[in-house]
Amino acid sequence: MEGYSRKDEGCPQLLDLIPKEKEWLTKSAEEKQTRNGSSEEKQLELRLGPPNGDWTIKNKNISREKDHESLLPFGYFSPWSSSSGYQVKSQKQTTPFLQAHGQLKESSQPNPAKTAVPNSSSSSSAQKRTAPTPVVGWPPIRSFRKNLANGSSSKPVSESQNAVGSKISSEKPIENSPKNLLVKINMDGVPIGRKVDLKEHDSYEKLSFAVDELFRGLLAAQSNFSAGGIKNDEDGGKAITGLLDGSGEYTLVYEDNEGDRLLIGDVPWHMFVSSVKRLRVLKSSELPTLCRGRKHGKRSLDTSPK
Amino acid sequence: MINYFPEEVLWHVFSFLTSHPDRNAASLVCKSWYNVERFSRGKVFIGNCYAISPERMISRFPRVRSLTLKGKPHFADFNLIPQDWGGNVYPWIVAMAKGSTNLEELRLKRMVVSDESLELLAKSFPNFKSLVLVSCEGFTTDGLAAIASNCRFLRELDLQENEVEDRRGQWLSCFPDSCTSLSSLNFACLKGEVNVAALERLVARCRNLKSLRLNHAVPPDALQKILAQAPQLVDLGADSFVHDPESETYNKLKNVMQKCSSIRSLSGFLDVNARCLPSIYPICINLTSLNLSYAPGIYSKELVKLIHKCKKLQRLWILDTIGDKGLGVVASTCKELQELRVFPSDLHVVGNVAVTEEGLVAISAGCPNLNSLLYFCQQMTNAALITVAKNCPNFIRFRLCTLNPTIPDAVTMQPLDEGFGAIVQSCKGLKRLSVSGLLTDQVFLYIGMYAEQLEMLSIAFAGDSDKGMLYVLNGCKKLKKLEIRDSPFGNMALLADTGKYETMRSLWMSSCGVTFGGCKTLAEKMPRLNVEIINEGDEMEGRPDDRQKVEKMYLYRTLVGPRKDAPDFVWTL
Repeated sequence: MEGYSRKDEGCPQLLDLIPKEKEWLTKSAEEKQTRNGSSEEKQLELRLGPPNGDWTIKNKNISREKDHESLLPFGYFSPWSSSSGYQVKSQKQTTPFLQAHGQLKESSQPNPAKTAVPNSSSSSSAQKRTAPTPVVGWPPIRSFRKNLANGSSSKPVSESQNAVGSKISSEKPIENSPKNLLVKINMDGVPIGRKVDLKEHDSYEKLSFAVDELFRGLLAAQSNFSAGGIKNDEDGGKAITGLLDGSGEYTLVYEDNEGDRLLIGDVPWHMFVSSVKRLRVLKSSELPTLCRGRKHGKRSLDTSPK
Repeated sequence: MINYFPEEVLWHVFSFLTSHPDRNAASLVCKSWYNVERFSRGKVFIGNCYAISPERMISRFPRVRSLTLKGKPHFADFNLIPQDWGGNVYPWIVAMAKGSTNLEELRLKRMVVSDESLELLAKSFPNFKSLVLVSCEGFTTDGLAAIASNCRFLRELDLQENEVEDRRGQWLSCFPDSCTSLSSLNFACLKGEVNVAALERLVARCRNLKSLRLNHAVPPDALQKILAQAPQLVDLGADSFVHDPESETYNKLKNVMQKCSSIRSLSGFLDVNARCLPSIYPICINLTSLNLSYAPGIYSKELVKLIHKCKKLQRLWILDTIGDKGLGVVASTCKELQELRVFPSDLHVVGNVAVTEEGLVAISAGCPNLNSLLYFCQQMTNAALITVAKNCPNFIRFRLCTLNPTIPDAVTMQPLDEGFGAIVQSCKGLKRLSVSGLLTDQVFLYIGMYAEQLEMLSIAFAGDSDKGMLYVLNGCKKLKKLEIRDSPFGNMALLADTGKYETMRSLWMSSCGVTFGGCKTLAEKMPRLNVEIINEGDEMEGRPDDRQKVEKMYLYRTLVGPRKDAPDFVWTL
């Protein structure tokens, strides 16, 4: 490591603007100005002008500009000017940040010119819901990492005893942009689980419907088996209803990326999708009493040891 | 006097010159030094494979034993460069095979490597020892099988983040029983199954194995058996970790870990149950390097518990799930930390404030030896950057990436110019810088003024005018690589100092203001530059208008003129 550490006397005064404690957020502009007087600091001051010298003309401008109350002491360049008339296609560059924020919050289609990346593992987030950054190649992380960051829920992080390897090999997060989001779903009383693709649904209601479709038949077959062949309904099974509000025989819960079990429905759908790891359909009667307290807006069903 | 120095003496002296810059400098002194140096250079580094041809490299350095090559521009990592752009290693291997080079080591980054290349490599160089492929693509496990079968003295096979097609063959089994020389084996990036039994046997017979990184397909009970055979390991990567803390496998793993007292570096954990992490606690105290950036399954609390035990950590790569508080723990525990990388974990939860400027400030306060940073954050402030600059003047690499590319100071709503200005002013040894957030031309003024050692600069969505780019080109005398995207720099900046580009390795500009006319002018003026335009659009009929903006331009100095393998969509002007 190069020995470039210099003691405080070498540090430019700009750094001394910040006190050592955490109150740097509240430092006022006036305090800053009083520090900028002494001559020894002049050489270390950040100045206008080309890097190759010619400071003489600029000094006067600097002392004048310091009188302006401004966190940008050298307010020479207006951030909003665009001298070469350059217009960024997406308008992000020259618009105030608020606008940029607003733009980014929508799940917008990226500018057509920017989607000309043929790679299927393209980081274009046009397909993703509510992507905060609909810009090709931003943030600058590799595809491997982008897939992890997509909240791919195919990894069995839960505490259950899963055999490793084969079960998840078909959905390794390392693969290119997942077109589906398959999560396991198990139902109380049904030994064989199913998988449901969350990308095919965009609301809790639709998910509930899908769950009903997945398990209705299985449930019916089981009860047929145990009841010695007596059918419930002609169409092959009783509908599974009331999954979302606790009114039915079963309730839908999920496990998130922290291993907690939570009731479906508390958070917006896209948030749910990004944190869900697996689903469970539990018998409503066996659910513990809901605790009323809120933890980050989630209602926890159990206090699993962490 | 120099003329009377016998060559043998020069030769001996030069044998102590190991760094490329030193050797390059020595070769410029006089003809005699040039000749001694070129015959004595064993390690050749070529930062841009198109800057020189394989034949010329071999004729200048006939005794080359180790070759490092880099291909595609850096932004290829982020899908900004189409497939089939180039960077094929095959011509190099062919040339060296023809020239009977005694190649022992080949290190490639961002290159296209075909199975044919690997086979030729494996069969042409009897003393071949070390193959390191980083961010490469184009090969399959068949190519690896060729390497395994034919390289009798192979010591190192290190595959980092490559795109490898898995042919479900038995490449690992291709290592003959006589192969006992492996000291480093890394196949973590492979997606497919491996023959675990063959792996176990291989590890058992390679007593010098120091570095082993396994992929996801190696199950935990195999991991445990392998570790039992290799307690001498220094570096371990295990993607598939135990799930059930009650299981037999877990117990065995715990016991075996305790015997692996040499492990200093740990990575992987793609698939892990956090409750099984205590099995690695015994080795934590000795760890100097920890990479958990592929482990989204470890949530903050467990992560913190783990890090608490890693007091000797020098390098840490993690996900931002660690949070600011977790970074505070890092700051108070890892006093010897030199390199930190915090990657984003979840790009889709709006308002996910995983790490902010607070975490960074805490780290800077607690880890004075920090010299390398890659930090993805939700927000940043000038004040924080100024504090960081004051606390850590030793930065060599400083890369900050705000998830929103044009976000201003979170408190003052001002551009982040002052913050980055403080960084470049304080860190005199800064060689690599990536800036982000709302930035005006001012930040580039600072960079031009202060970043005297800067070699690589990455700019995105920044600046107001050509002045910004000019400040950098005029000021940073040691600049080698400049990559710019989505910034308002145009022809004026591009053409102001065309000679500058011959002092640099390359310049990338995409979605900026340069036009075809500007690029053509530059190409005409500078024959020793390749000015390449990448056209992905549909307007392929005829040349576009000179006034039309160029979507992607990549220019680099070269001694061998336009490259002959450019695909249709790449035009060399």
